[in-house]
Amino acid sequence: MTIKEIQEEIVEEFSMFDDWMQRYEYMIELGKSLPLIEEQYKTDDNLIKGCQSKVWVHAELDGDKLVFTADSDAIITKGIIAILIRAFSDQKPQDIIDADVEFIDEIGLKEHLSPTRANGLVSMIKQLKLYAVAYQTQLK
Amino acid sequence: MIETTLDIQAIRKDFPILQREVNGKPLVYLDNAATSQTPQQVIDVIVDYYQRYNANIHRGVHTLSQEATDAYEAARQKIQRHFNIRHSREVIFTSGTTHGINLVATGFTSFLKEGDQILVSAMEHHSNIVPWQMLCERTGAILKVIPMDLDGELVIEQYHNLLSERTKLVFCNHVSNALGTINPIEKIIEAAHKVGAAVLIDGAQAAAHIKADLQALDVDFYTVSAHKMCGPTGVGMLYGKEEWLKKLPPYQGGGEMIAEVTFEKTTYADLPHKFEAGTPNICGGIAFGAALDYMNSIGFDAIAQYEDELLQYATEQLLAIDGLKIYGTPAHKTSVISFNIEGAHPYDIGTIVDKLGIAVRTGHHCAQPIMDFYKIPGTVRASFSFYNTREEVDKLVEGVKRARNMLL
Repeated sequence: MTIKEIQEEIVEEFSMFDDWMQRYEYMIELGKSLPLIEEQYKTDDNLIKGCQSKVWVHAELDGDKLVFTADSDAIITKGIIAILIRAFSDQKPQDIIDADVEFIDEIGLKEHLSPTRANGLVSMIKQLKLYAVAYQTQLK
Repeated sequence: MIETTLDIQAIRKDFPILQREVNGKPLVYLDNAATSQTPQQVIDVIVDYYQRYNANIHRGVHTLSQEATDAYEAARQKIQRHFNIRHSREVIFTSGTTHGINLVATGFTSFLKEGDQILVSAMEHHSNIVPWQMLCERTGAILKVIPMDLDGELVIEQYHNLLSERTKLVFCNHVSNALGTINPIEKIIEAAHKVGAAVLIDGAQAAAHIKADLQALDVDFYTVSAHKMCGPTGVGMLYGKEEWLKKLPPYQGGGEMIAEVTFEKTTYADLPHKFEAGTPNICGGIAFGAALDYMNSIGFDAIAQYEDELLQYATEQLLAIDGLKIYGTPAHKTSVISFNIEGAHPYDIGTIVDKLGIAVRTGHHCAQPIMDFYKIPGTVRASFSFYNTREEVDKLVEGVKRARNMLL
């Protein structure tokens, strides 16, 4: 599936929830199913700055696709990163670079884009895209 | 029931913001240690200023300027009386506590030499650590830390051991923002003076709960922010003993702080204007005075007594939650509860209770050394004010329980 298709799928899933409670419960579930980063990659270098909670992200190439793994010490944050990874992992770096992220608003996580909390989310997205830029250069 | 002489429901009506909803739920505002809410009486003063006499002070001969100057100086006198300060010229208007601390830290550059020592407490806000580190970098002075124990109390014996004739300045908060500990500042000041050191006390967290008598304390400097005590943001005061303020060089250059200016030489204005360069937050200063009037009309004794009852009740109720641990259990504390639930991240708890309309602070509360001391990433902090109710404590407890069930 393309990034766009996956994002549409996520938006559809979230549209089934009536209230924030279910939405957060689902995010907590997603957080628990996050493809966990290997312990050896949980280093300060892989730590994303600007989050209230700790977030580590690791990226590596699998053929011409970029695969992300991550972890966080906060479960809702883990849920958010799980959503981002589902949308962006196992995709070509150029597609990751080009992808837009408006679906975050549509699934009702807009408040996480507000200045303080959002620092985390914005930093996460930026970090995923930075990895894509780095590996795109490497692929060339 | 909580015993109080205060009519809390009537008081709540003074605060328009308490009537609003957040996420479809009535707001439960428990982040008072970060900023307190503003009563209509203070809002009216702010509106009245801009509607009737907005003008620059201390310079115009016109009526508006005169009225604004009178109101601003009257506010200075209210602050003077409130904190029992000897002279109104010892009251410096600032933009807030951080400004006051930086003013003193910068001024001390010319008083310190290599090897001199500055003592700060282990339970300081970042704004109380960084200016001193910068001062040490400029002067070669050494920063020493007064340690704390697991209850969140300063270890006073260690403090006495640290004091010596090399100690030039002692810095400590009156009340810890992260833990609520009320520090024994009387003892701290007295001991520092015995070795000839000056003392700056950060009263930001204390001012809404404790009416400090600065002459009785014999403190050299004391600083507060208006927004923690029902006033507006961006204004505060620094108290300094006249002898210190005369010695201290000006912090910023500009209008208001000068007597005469030529290109060869400038002579500075007298106190307090020497430290008040530029057009100040005039409206903020006047509103700060109104906030003090408001709080005094309720009465600090009644406030302290009621908040203490709320604190006891909230502590009991929260401790009944499985796995909940409170950080900071000193003998004397203000109505602040910093806590965590085993296995849950404070950020997650804060996010969920916000959805229930409950405002708490999560994170390290700009006091990372305290979090490092307890080896935790942060805490959830609920801080209560005199306008909070027992019912709101119940909502917090329910919210935390709900968060716990979702997260664990």
